[in-house]
Amino acid sequence: MTDLIKIFVAAFLINNIILMRFIALCSYIGMTSDVGQSVGMGLAVTFVTVLASAVTWPIYYWILKPNGLEFLEILVFIVVIAALVQLVEFYLKKSVPSLYHAMGIYLPLITTNCAILAVTFDQITYNYNFVQSIVFSVAVSLGYLLAMLLLAGVRQRLKNSPIPSFMMDTPILFLTTSIIAVAFMGFAGLIK
Amino acid sequence: MKRLFGVFVNGLIVENPLFVIMIGLCSSMAVTTTVANGIGMGVALTFVLVMSELIISLFRNLIPDSIRMPIFLIVIAAFTTIMDLEMKAYFPALSKSMGVFIPLVVVNCIVMGRVEAFSSKQPVADSTVDGLGMGIGYTWVLIALAVVRELLGNGTLLGRQIMPSSFSPMIFFVLPPGGFLVFSLWMAASNNLRRKLLAGKKPEPTQDSCCTLPENGSAEKA
Repeated sequence: MTDLIKIFVAAFLINNIILMRFIALCSYIGMTSDVGQSVGMGLAVTFVTVLASAVTWPIYYWILKPNGLEFLEILVFIVVIAALVQLVEFYLKKSVPSLYHAMGIYLPLITTNCAILAVTFDQITYNYNFVQSIVFSVAVSLGYLLAMLLLAGVRQRLKNSPIPSFMMDTPILFLTTSIIAVAFMGFAGLIK
Repeated sequence: MKRLFGVFVNGLIVENPLFVIMIGLCSSMAVTTTVANGIGMGVALTFVLVMSELIISLFRNLIPDSIRMPIFLIVIAAFTTIMDLEMKAYFPALSKSMGVFIPLVVVNCIVMGRVEAFSSKQPVADSTVDGLGMGIGYTWVLIALAVVRELLGNGTLLGRQIMPSSFSPMIFFVLPPGGFLVFSLWMAASNNLRRKLLAGKKPEPTQDSCCTLPENGSAEKA
C-alpha cells in the first residue's frame, strides 16, 4: 500500500508530467486559453491514459515479451492507442452521447498526445506490475489536469494584464510556467 | 532551385516549428541540459522527419484519404524504431540520457504535422527539403537553448570547462524551471526578429491542428 502511495505522490506532484518532465507541452499551451476547455481535455486524457495503460501492460508482458518482440514496442503501442481512441469514440457516440459531446472533440487530439505514450513506456521502464501501472497512470494524468488548470487560471488574469510587448503572446506563458515550476520544485524531497 | 531554397529557409525562422508553429515542444526543453544531448536529439528528429516525408510523399497518391492517419503513424513509428535501435547501438550513453524522449519522437507533432500539412500534398523533392529545413530549424533552437543552459548551469560547453573556476554554476538553469525561462526568452527574441523580417508583409496564420481545436469544433478523425 505504501509503495502505491509513493508512486502516486511522485508521479502526481514531484515528477509532474508537464512542469517537471516537459511532456505534453503542446496541448498545455494550445488548450489552456479557456478553463472549461482545459478541464475537458484533462479529463479526456485521464480517461484514455488509464485505459491505454491497462491495455498495453498485458500486451507487452503477455504477447511481446514471451515472443522476444520488445523492439516492436513503439510501433505496437502507438497503433494500439490510436485504435483504442477510435473505439472509445465509436462507443461513446453510440452509448453515452452526453459524455461524447463533452469529451468527443478532444479525442482525435489525444492520439498524438505525448503524455499517454510516455506513461505506457514508463510503466515498462520502471518495471511496474499491473496495479502499480494503473495507479501510476491515474497519478500522471491527474498531474496533467492540475497543471492545465493552473495555467488556464493564470491565463485568465494575463488577458487583462499589461505585458511588455517584447514578451507578448507565448513567451509570457512560458515565463509563467517557469514560475509555477519553481513552486513545484518545493515538492522535491517529499518522498525520499 | 530557388523555390526549393525558399522551402528550406522557411523552416529556419519564419515558420520555425518550435517558436512559430509551436509544435514538438516537449523534447526541446527536456533534452537541452547539455549541448551534446541537444545535437543528438536534433539529428535524430531530422532523420525521422526527412525519411518520413520522403516516403509519404513518394506514396502520396496511393494512400487513401480516409485511412491516411494510421498509415502516417506506422511509417513514422517504423523510422522512430530504426533510429531508436541505432542510437542504442552506437551512442548508448546519449540514448540513456535522453530516455523516453527518443520513442516519443513518434508522437512529436513536428513529424505528424509536416507530413499531414506538407508532404501528403507536395512532390518528393520539396518534401525532403522541407523536412531538412524543419529539422535544422528545430536543431538550431535546441543548440541555442542548450548552450545557455549548459554554460550557466554547469560552466561547460560540450563537456569542456569554459567558465573560469571562480564561477559557481547556477543549478537553476539545468532544472526544469530554468528550461522554461530560457525557452521563453529565446522565443521572445526570435519572435521579435521574425516581426522585423516580415515587416510590411502580412504573415500567414500558421496554426497547426495537431494540438489545438480547429475553429469549427469538429476535429478531424484520426
